[in-house]
Amino acid sequence: MAFQILLNVFLAFIWMFLKTSYTPATFFIGYFFGLLIIFTFRRFFSTNFYLNKVLAVIKLFLIFNKELFLSNIAVLKVILRPKLNIKPGIFALPTELTEDWEITILANLITLTPGTLVVDVSPDNKILYVHAMNIDDTQEAIDSIKNSFEKAIMEVSR
Amino acid sequence: MIVIFKFLIGLFVLSGALLSLVTAFGLLRLPDVYTRNHAASKSATMGVMLVLLGALLYAYLDTGHFHSRLLLGIAFIFMTSPVSGHLISRAAYNSGVKLWGNSVRDDLAKQRKKTANTR
Repeated sequence: MAFQILLNVFLAFIWMFLKTSYTPATFFIGYFFGLLIIFTFRRFFSTNFYLNKVLAVIKLFLIFNKELFLSNIAVLKVILRPKLNIKPGIFALPTELTEDWEITILANLITLTPGTLVVDVSPDNKILYVHAMNIDDTQEAIDSIKNSFEKAIMEVSR
Repeated sequence: MIVIFKFLIGLFVLSGALLSLVTAFGLLRLPDVYTRNHAASKSATMGVMLVLLGALLYAYLDTGHFHSRLLLGIAFIFMTSPVSGHLISRAAYNSGVKLWGNSVRDDLAKQRKKTANTR
């Protein structure tokens, strides 16, 4: 991915030198044409076309924001309810992610999800231990959310 | 347009302050370290972020200055706050702080016991 971006910047500079005009506008035009060239020659790269990955990162960021908003509303409801009928607990969540940074992002996402908080990561990076605010009614929903998070992170790292 | 922005600024700052207040309520009401950590690591994060966002918009509208430091502050809080919540609850668990009495499951304790037996 980094190589393709570097190549694109390089192509933009070549465009600037061909035009002998050194303004940001020319750079962006050259960058756009370089993007088209890289898209045309995408099958010669070992990795995927990098714009896909950029889109995946943006999607992940939007998921982050949405979850933060929803979790705040959920916590607000629990705190301001007059009777405290929560059932907290710690459950184990097996994960398929392997890289350290992927697990960090997943743990951050889980912490910002409604009603869950990561307490510990097992030493072999296979299981996350998650403290849930309300364990029975959220377990299923949380598992499905986790699957969507894991998928979104895998789309970035693929 | 300016009226809309003023409305947005008020909304951001007020809801941020409200969330911080709710965090304080949560710290008082909730029963144990872990549930309190839920309130502290979520509502406080978003509360501070919203207040900073309101300040950013206000400064831009009022003086025309775009304070990129506020933007950086939002990004840093967004990245570091969940991690600090995780570290606090982990440290609490490792130093043996008990869960609340009404807690239903504890898979981590089971796992710890298992590894202690096999060792």
